[in-house]
Amino acid sequence: MEILVCVKRVPDTSENEIEFNSAGNDIERDDLVYSVNEWDNYAVEEALQIVDKVGGNVTVVTVGDDDDEEILRREMAMGAKNGVLISDEAFSGSDGTGIARILAAFVRKGNYDLILTGVQAEAGRAQVGGMMAAMLDYPFASLVNSIEVHDGNLKISREIAGGNKEMNEIDLPCVLSIQTGINEPRYVGIRGIRQVASVKIPTLGASDLGVEPGAVGEAAAKVKRVDYFVPALGKGAEMLQGSREEMIDKLIELVKAKGGLK
Amino acid sequence: MSGTMVEVIDSPAQATYWVFQGRVLFSIIPLLGIACFAYLMARRVAPLLRSAPDFRFDQISIRFTRSLKFWLAQWKQPRYLVAGVLHIILFAGFLALSVRSVSLVALGISDHFVIPGFSGGVGHSYNLIKDYAATLVFLCVVIAAIRRGVIKPARYAVPAKYGKDHTAEAILVLGLIAILIASESAFEASKAAFQMQLGQPAETLAPLSLAWMMKNALLSTARPWLRNLHLSSYLIHELTFFAFLCFLPLGKHFHVITSLFNVYFAKLRRGTLKPVRWGVSDEQLDQVKSFGVKKFEDFTWKHMLDFYSCADCGRCSDQCPANAVGRPLSPRFITIKARDYSFRHYPLFGKRREGEPLIGGIFSADEIWSCTTCGACEEECPLMMEYIDKIVDLRRGMIDEGNVPQSMQKPLKALESRGNPYGKMEKKKADWVKEKEFEQGCQVKILSGNNSATTLYFVDSITSYDDRMQSIGRATARILSDAAEDFGILGAAEKDSGHEVRRFGEEMLFMTLRDHNMDAIKASGVQRIVTADPHAYNALKNDYKGAPPVEHISQVIAREVKAGKIKLNRVESEDTVYTYHDPCYLGRHNQVYDDPRDVLDAIPGLKRVEMSRCRDRSFCCGGGGLMLFYEPQEEQRMGVLRVKMAAEAGANVLVTACPFCMVNMEDAIKVAGMEGKMTAIDLTELVDRHVARASPVTV
Repeated sequence: MEILVCVKRVPDTSENEIEFNSAGNDIERDDLVYSVNEWDNYAVEEALQIVDKVGGNVTVVTVGDDDDEEILRREMAMGAKNGVLISDEAFSGSDGTGIARILAAFVRKGNYDLILTGVQAEAGRAQVGGMMAAMLDYPFASLVNSIEVHDGNLKISREIAGGNKEMNEIDLPCVLSIQTGINEPRYVGIRGIRQVASVKIPTLGASDLGVEPGAVGEAAAKVKRVDYFVPALGKGAEMLQGSREEMIDKLIELVKAKGGLK
Repeated sequence: MSGTMVEVIDSPAQATYWVFQGRVLFSIIPLLGIACFAYLMARRVAPLLRSAPDFRFDQISIRFTRSLKFWLAQWKQPRYLVAGVLHIILFAGFLALSVRSVSLVALGISDHFVIPGFSGGVGHSYNLIKDYAATLVFLCVVIAAIRRGVIKPARYAVPAKYGKDHTAEAILVLGLIAILIASESAFEASKAAFQMQLGQPAETLAPLSLAWMMKNALLSTARPWLRNLHLSSYLIHELTFFAFLCFLPLGKHFHVITSLFNVYFAKLRRGTLKPVRWGVSDEQLDQVKSFGVKKFEDFTWKHMLDFYSCADCGRCSDQCPANAVGRPLSPRFITIKARDYSFRHYPLFGKRREGEPLIGGIFSADEIWSCTTCGACEEECPLMMEYIDKIVDLRRGMIDEGNVPQSMQKPLKALESRGNPYGKMEKKKADWVKEKEFEQGCQVKILSGNNSATTLYFVDSITSYDDRMQSIGRATARILSDAAEDFGILGAAEKDSGHEVRRFGEEMLFMTLRDHNMDAIKASGVQRIVTADPHAYNALKNDYKGAPPVEHISQVIAREVKAGKIKLNRVESEDTVYTYHDPCYLGRHNQVYDDPRDVLDAIPGLKRVEMSRCRDRSFCCGGGGLMLFYEPQEEQRMGVLRVKMAAEAGANVLVTACPFCMVNMEDAIKVAGMEGKMTAIDLTELVDRHVARASPVTV
């Protein structure tokens, strides 16, 4: 099975202190460290496990610039066979639709049976997978937390509100957005990355993909960020009073009222 | 001789056994025995020939001296007094009787055989010694059998998950030894009784020895019976001797043969780790195809020899804190399982069998992650076996395969990108010196090109970033100021020492951290290093190569107190009872036991008690560095057991000298519900409170 995993390089929230820039329209990006978007990492692990079982290859792709190559190498150190960097001046400032369009063009150039994305990235938009599937006219399932490969289709389960699971059959080729927890991604150390350090990673631009430059990038973006701020703090925490038992009773009541306990 | 026929007892060589002439029979038995033994040994050596290299052929005089101490003098045996003394007697008895055994075998071929140097007076004296040796060994065998079969000390038990009980093997061997001793004594006694009945000169048997008692019992036995007893006891001895010899390589008594080699080739340098592969430099590591131990043959020959040499005494696991809290790790069974694996895959007959991977096969991942590398097992092992190097090698293998618990991947990634496991910003590394009150009394230099110092205070991650442990950093800095040390810190340029990174098997990441720190240390131009973190201390001292000399703060304080540079005030409360907990990487791994105690004792009026497990038997707090991120399967926390030990000793303040011990102890005090009854404090914090300062520093 030929599997494509779309990945993104993001500032790692656990290793950065996110502050706003002076203009207030973005976060301060100096002194940030980056890693692979956590969901994408699970998607790559899932792809590797599928290939281990049924054979095939895993390709990782990202839309970005030279800095983004490092995450491709990290995923290749995990076991992905190919990495592709999609980079073009014309792509910068693309909104979700633009990114989906670029990736869809890349998918059409190849011959992939399965395309995986993470459920979402750091910005939480969770849109590229679905839009790409629509552009490709492929079936799509989101929040996937298990995959079984069958002949010509997949049996997948999806995470539903309240911790329930829904089982689906989905035809191939398709696009799935992968939820964290679907597996336990393997560790990649410096040694692994060094071993793939000299592997050539092809860079593809707009003309390679046949993407009309006017259809992507900042000019074509129909969603634009106009502000970025920390919401004002709401009412403070409620302090429970009374003896330990009383506090426990009140706490249970509160949790029940909010639907946390049945 | 013409005329009178002198009645003499037949010698085995001259006697006839059924249809065999004694001399022939007793030439064939040793030949068959030795051939069989040689075959078994050749089969046992087979895996060692396919093992990883291990360089142990240096330091001959040190190795020789250590062999005298740990092998011949059985140095570690009395740590377990009863078993130890029994073993020393058995061992010494064996050595004494080995001469007799050789000469007995030869006597079966020639009546006149005497080991060179053992004729005349020497021979007679030796005979007395060996009679007593045999008797003592016989007694020890009886006591040992009672211990094994009746008393059954808990550490010999085999938990169901590790297979069947090992008592039968122990009893069998004790039985064989008893037969050897009894038959040798009967051989001697029957001859002496025979000769005495006829008034012939007989070898003097040592009074009250087993042989002597047998002789007395046989004085009135008919001579044909004595003759038969003499000859049959010889045959029994001969057969038992070679059966025993050939049995040795089949189980735990292999140590009788391998122990000398195991002790001679034992690891010499504490606190160090073996390289990924002996003979491969750091620069060449990229060319090594596979890291660590994944299959049995990835172990070094010495580590395989360890497996063979284990006497199954259970002392390692008895001391192991991971085993004590119910983690899935028992060092004894790391060895026994590996030994049995080797026996299965390198069988005595037939072809070598390809082995399955070790992790997921005989070892579980959790078993290997459970070790805190505290070194209690290695300290205890009478045969000087290594565990930490093997555990680290197995972890290197798992890291290489990407098999790392999820809880540890984040800190490892953070160490890679930020140089500390918490993912904190580098620029905040020195924030702890900016605390207002502290800054007023003590200014800490951050070393850079134009800001230099003689001494570097290496702070390390936890003391730099953890709110609670920053107090240790500030106490250390104040003490260094009190001692008029010209010191500074590296600040943002200091990355994690990588001590635990290395011990968790991430060698390449460790090397990156080490190289970064070494560059920063060299650039700072300091002449010496001080740290209050034993893990950093061990890394700088034993893992880094070419770093300036490093001291733990307890060593500095002890020296400055002695020199009178630091004066300590009387304790505030005489009711407080202190006990000192030895951090593993200060105590066992680096032998700094006395300095921290001297410092405590230098505080006037301080009452100090020792826990039953102290110094080289200290009980690990639960482990530091990355171990704080590992989520072990365990029944209770090591720290909880430790604070209970402190309470048992009658202490209400537990003093330690390591920030990780502090994390674990303070947590443990809460978990054990001992808040208000027990407090943990770092040595630097305690000293800081007691330093007699001209202008008191507000703490």
